[in-house]
Amino acid sequence: MPSFVINEKCDGCKAQDRTACQYICPNDLMILDKEKNKAYNRAVDMCWECYSCVKICPTQAIEVRGYADFVPLGASVQPMRSTDAIMWAVKFRNQKVKRFKFPIRTTPEGTIEPDAGFITGTRDLKDPHLRTEPESLGTTLYKIK
Amino acid sequence: MNNFETVLIETDLLILGGGMAACGAAFEAAHWAKQHNMKVTVVDKAAMERSGAVAMGLSAINLYLGLKNGKNTVQDYINYVKTDLMGIARDDLVANIARHVDSTVHLFEKWGLPIWKDDEGNYVNEGRWQIMIHGESYKNIVSEAAKNALKELGENGHYLERIFIAEPIMDGDRCVGAAGFSVRENKFYVFRAKAVLDVMGGAVHVFRPRSVGEGLGRSWYPPFNSGASAYFTLKAGAEMTCQEVRFVPVRFKDSYGPVGAWFLLFKSKATNAKGEDYMVTRAGELEKWAPYGTAKPTPANLRNYLMMLEVEAGNGPIYMRTDEAIKEIVANIPDEKEAKRKLKELESEAWEDFLDMTISQALNWAAHNISPEETPSEIAACEPYFISSHSGASGAWISGPEDLAPADKFWGYPNMTTIKGLFAAGDASGASSHKFSSGSFTEGRIAAKSALAFCADNAAPAPFDDAKLEELKNRILQPLVTFSENKDYANDVDVNPKFIKPRMFMFRLQKIMDEYAGGASVGFKTSKALLEKGLEFLQYMKEDAEKLAASDLNELMRCWENIHRMWQAESHIRTILFREETRWPGYYFRTDFPEMKEEWKCFANCKWNPETDSWEMLKREIEEIK
Repeated sequence: MPSFVINEKCDGCKAQDRTACQYICPNDLMILDKEKNKAYNRAVDMCWECYSCVKICPTQAIEVRGYADFVPLGASVQPMRSTDAIMWAVKFRNQKVKRFKFPIRTTPEGTIEPDAGFITGTRDLKDPHLRTEPESLGTTLYKIK
Repeated sequence: MNNFETVLIETDLLILGGGMAACGAAFEAAHWAKQHNMKVTVVDKAAMERSGAVAMGLSAINLYLGLKNGKNTVQDYINYVKTDLMGIARDDLVANIARHVDSTVHLFEKWGLPIWKDDEGNYVNEGRWQIMIHGESYKNIVSEAAKNALKELGENGHYLERIFIAEPIMDGDRCVGAAGFSVRENKFYVFRAKAVLDVMGGAVHVFRPRSVGEGLGRSWYPPFNSGASAYFTLKAGAEMTCQEVRFVPVRFKDSYGPVGAWFLLFKSKATNAKGEDYMVTRAGELEKWAPYGTAKPTPANLRNYLMMLEVEAGNGPIYMRTDEAIKEIVANIPDEKEAKRKLKELESEAWEDFLDMTISQALNWAAHNISPEETPSEIAACEPYFISSHSGASGAWISGPEDLAPADKFWGYPNMTTIKGLFAAGDASGASSHKFSSGSFTEGRIAAKSALAFCADNAAPAPFDDAKLEELKNRILQPLVTFSENKDYANDVDVNPKFIKPRMFMFRLQKIMDEYAGGASVGFKTSKALLEKGLEFLQYMKEDAEKLAASDLNELMRCWENIHRMWQAESHIRTILFREETRWPGYYFRTDFPEMKEEWKCFANCKWNPETDSWEMLKREIEEIK
């Protein structure tokens, strides 16, 4: 279902030069209506329902209503994403609710060191070993010739 | 277009894309560029954290060999891929990815991707090659590593987002850059590079999707993968391979939720409405497609095909028997308390599978009050996609690595196309299917290192004809001019005989492809007569493409996306036409050549000639490496 914006909750990301949803949408669908100061999805039938905008919205103003051409009304799936886990509330049409929590990463955001402590075993640009290899392979590189 | 500033950016390596392969390329390139004092520039049409096919996340890494524990060998993987693709794959390319991919997965884990572990601390396998992850933030993690790697380069590392790449820039037989525009401000971008790496993903919305209302966007592969990779290499004049090898996934119906965990992890069966397992009742059909049909596991396209035969016979709906699968697992646990705990665990795993990678499917289940442990769910064949990183194979014909490739499949630099200085990986390179997310990242690494070796060997600035740039700028921005010059002629900006808007242009393409090139609505069947008709209609489209009109930058991007799709479509039709047999009956079926033929156990390649605007079709030999 395509994303939609709850008018009451959206503040247009206030004084930022762009809204969070506009920054993140992989299909460049979210846009700010400058007169109303509200974000909106400009092509709902091009929406993949990836929830990137829902997850990033600082005021939880974005939700998803299932594609109306094949999804019955009355259900919702809403995430709450923190730095190390995501919680989901799945509300059924019959009002049953299921909640799930899953880990999303094991390291603090922003701390990734690309080499991850592995040493690269060659300095030769034409050697088939890649960055961090062979150590990151944990074995020798497969070769036939 | 005087109000468009031209921004010129010079670099050594230009990486086009922002998905898994682009992240792998950026990670790898940063290391070697630092040692050799070279510049790396990454250009993405979206924002890297959620760019590309892994934007939503994934619930599994589908390619991990476990080489260090001796679980599989590289040769095992070659055999698997080749069988699944009915004999059509490049051993050298598949082997090159397979021999490196474990190192990529080990890096992902260190960076913070939660991989499921068993009690002994080993990865939990979903199937032989697949491992389970908590992958909601898979892309965030991988992109953070890529961005941090670029930072190591200081001012020699650049990442530019929200720039759409429209065209390659050529100097004779060498690719020397790319041109495009910002989708946020009136800026025309020209990138001048010693080497260019094309990693812009596969193609969706070339064929008409089954859902054409709001659900149009709920394609299995994302709608923002619009054929940019294939267009770029085709327009550069590079040889392409396997352009006929589309992928038709069978997924949960309408929302296209993943089936891998159900088939592999939960051992679920799919049946027709009568409860018959068509993989058993129609097993005889598989012998016609031997040796691939009789191999285990049964190739994806043949599993599709048996299901399609059921649908054609009116035996639908087809169900994934989720209820039976869960019952069977729980029934094998004698302790009641333990069985209850297991049921709860399975339920959570089943929902996570969707929530990690196809949230729409969870919503679809909730809207239909479906609990998988109680109710089976419908599955169906989606529309066709171009995705060589999965079970399709279309892409550029590239050099293999010197130590693995047969002599005729190595030309100086691994992953270089037949065009000097132009490299491809991920969905952009062909004949090396089943790379998936980890393999695409890995292939990006391989290609980036190789491209930097090319830069080192060709250190002089690439020749660049400034005079051509103005012409290119005018052509790329033309849809804006066409719109502004003609919009006042008619009362409706969408109904104006002077131009065509990209949305209707896309629908026209999808209708042609669906009805003439074997789309979902015709049961994936086509023939010479139909394909030739489709090609005829495509020629009208190519002419009308000159009249595409855009009212703003977003629509300008849509214009170019659909031009890219149109070229993907043409190369597809031409190659299906060329291959006079049926080899992947569950992907497409040539009714005039309904059988697989030994003489077609070869690659079907094509090449568009920029000088003569003509197409050349070529057969290339399949070779084994041992």
